[in-house]
Amino acid sequence: MIFEELINHIKSNIGEDFIEGLDEQCSPKAVVVSAEKLLRLMGFLHADKECYFDSLSCITGLDNGVEKASMEVIYNLYSIPYNHHLTVKVNLGRAKPEIDSVTSVWKAADWHEREAYDLLGIHFEGHPDLRRILLPADWEGHPLRKDYKHQEYYRGIKVEY
Amino acid sequence: MANEVQYIFDQKNLSKSEPQKYREEDLRREEMIINIGPQHPSTHGVLRLEVVASGEEVVEVIPHLGYLHRCFEKHAESLPFNQTLPFVDRMDYLAAMNSEHAFAMGVERMMGIEDKIPKRVEYIRVVVAELNRLASHFVALGSYGMDIGAVTAFFWMVRDREHILRLLEWASGARMLYNYIWVGGLFYDLPIGFEERCKEFVKYLKPKLKEFEQVVMENKIFVDRTANVGVLPLDLAINYGISGPMLRGSGLKYDLRRADGYSVYPELDFEVPVGKGEVGTTGDCWDRTWVRVCECYESIRIIEQSLERLTGDLKRTRDFDPREMVPKKIRPKAQDLYVRAENPKGETGFFFRADGRSDIPFRCKARGASFTNLSIINELAKGSLIADLIAIFGSIDIVLGEVDR
Repeated sequence: MIFEELINHIKSNIGEDFIEGLDEQCSPKAVVVSAEKLLRLMGFLHADKECYFDSLSCITGLDNGVEKASMEVIYNLYSIPYNHHLTVKVNLGRAKPEIDSVTSVWKAADWHEREAYDLLGIHFEGHPDLRRILLPADWEGHPLRKDYKHQEYYRGIKVEY
Repeated sequence: MANEVQYIFDQKNLSKSEPQKYREEDLRREEMIINIGPQHPSTHGVLRLEVVASGEEVVEVIPHLGYLHRCFEKHAESLPFNQTLPFVDRMDYLAAMNSEHAFAMGVERMMGIEDKIPKRVEYIRVVVAELNRLASHFVALGSYGMDIGAVTAFFWMVRDREHILRLLEWASGARMLYNYIWVGGLFYDLPIGFEERCKEFVKYLKPKLKEFEQVVMENKIFVDRTANVGVLPLDLAINYGISGPMLRGSGLKYDLRRADGYSVYPELDFEVPVGKGEVGTTGDCWDRTWVRVCECYESIRIIEQSLERLTGDLKRTRDFDPREMVPKKIRPKAQDLYVRAENPKGETGFFFRADGRSDIPFRCKARGASFTNLSIINELAKGSLIADLIAIFGSIDIVLGEVDR
């Protein structure tokens, strides 16, 4: 299905107001959805016979900086049998970034969400095991935030090199 | 500064440096925790596996990553696109050309010059990327043999890989980390005589691969160790986002070179090998290894066809400039883009956000194939023997540089 067909299909099946906006500049083209409705939309996209997005390629967390005070989570979905693709974007507040985990839909989300939590401090509600994955458990802060300042010492080792 | 103490002894540091998910109190009767790695040859690098075992049986495997973490994404946010390329090399350091190809392709797509790249440049890219795919598969096959006790295979594979590395060194100047494929072109044209030497090498390689097949793939010990071990059902593989030879080993004919048809791959004739469960069940360790062996033959076919073009209608001319399309200033319009390509290990993807005001990406996320493929280890190894855990782990074929990025 091409993008327009997909949008119409989603709207006619789970409601007009489900999609907040479209981003056609993005490649693959994207839909913007609110954090509360994400899990229902993802469940639909995964299970629906005509969408059938069986593969979640990538989850990207993104910090827009202190001024814009927002964060984003971006999901790249692909359907192997139909060979169509879609990007799903969610905007979050920067003060308390929280979003539903999609691990119940795709197991692939497990480590990607852990990575986003580790590097950006986005909390995924309902994730089975939300620990840091790349950094040590007692590291302070989330490096990919735009206002990140690394700690001076880590267990007595100077961090600045 | 010289006398400054870098590390202060503290009793607490010792307990902090053993981050386990499980503590002794959490274990049930007869269970124990076995720690494998981070300095163990069978973990293929610096990976630590926390294994909860009940006797010889694996109850749960918890991988602890991050020993090689350099935060590629943070580096990428402070460097222009073309200067990020050497960092991309250092992710999957066994197949640097393939990652470079994906990255360059993504930036070119953002700049809108993807279709303007000269054909010769694209064919050279395919040749070096496929050579690198061979080299990466050789390490995978060789070290897998060694993991489960076949040392000869490793020597043979590393011997043949050395030929490839020398060819690539001749072209780019570096053995493993090339920085050869640039955004918009190449560092340099192929050296004079490369095509001929490459043809000779390919001719030499085919019987060697046959030899490997006879010594390892048909070996009774190898078959006993890998057939019916670590069976990965297809639906689980897709749900976990598994890609590359692992996915094809489970029986799905899905190769991004065919599915997405990027670069000049649609013009080339090659098969996509899949696992069929010839000696055991579809999706077992033997199938995954078999797919890799078959892919080596397909890569050779691709190289042969590309060399045919490169010495035929696309042969070098005096005025050919591989840097012709290299942009002076890489400043894409404000946009988001996700690009993916078939690495030897699976799907390598890059997510870019360009703000349109600078030549530095606002965000650059790398999706490593090894990272996603490794996440299934617990599912595969649960309930198997500890000796089989090593066999299963080896068949995933990860590179820690890409897992930890």
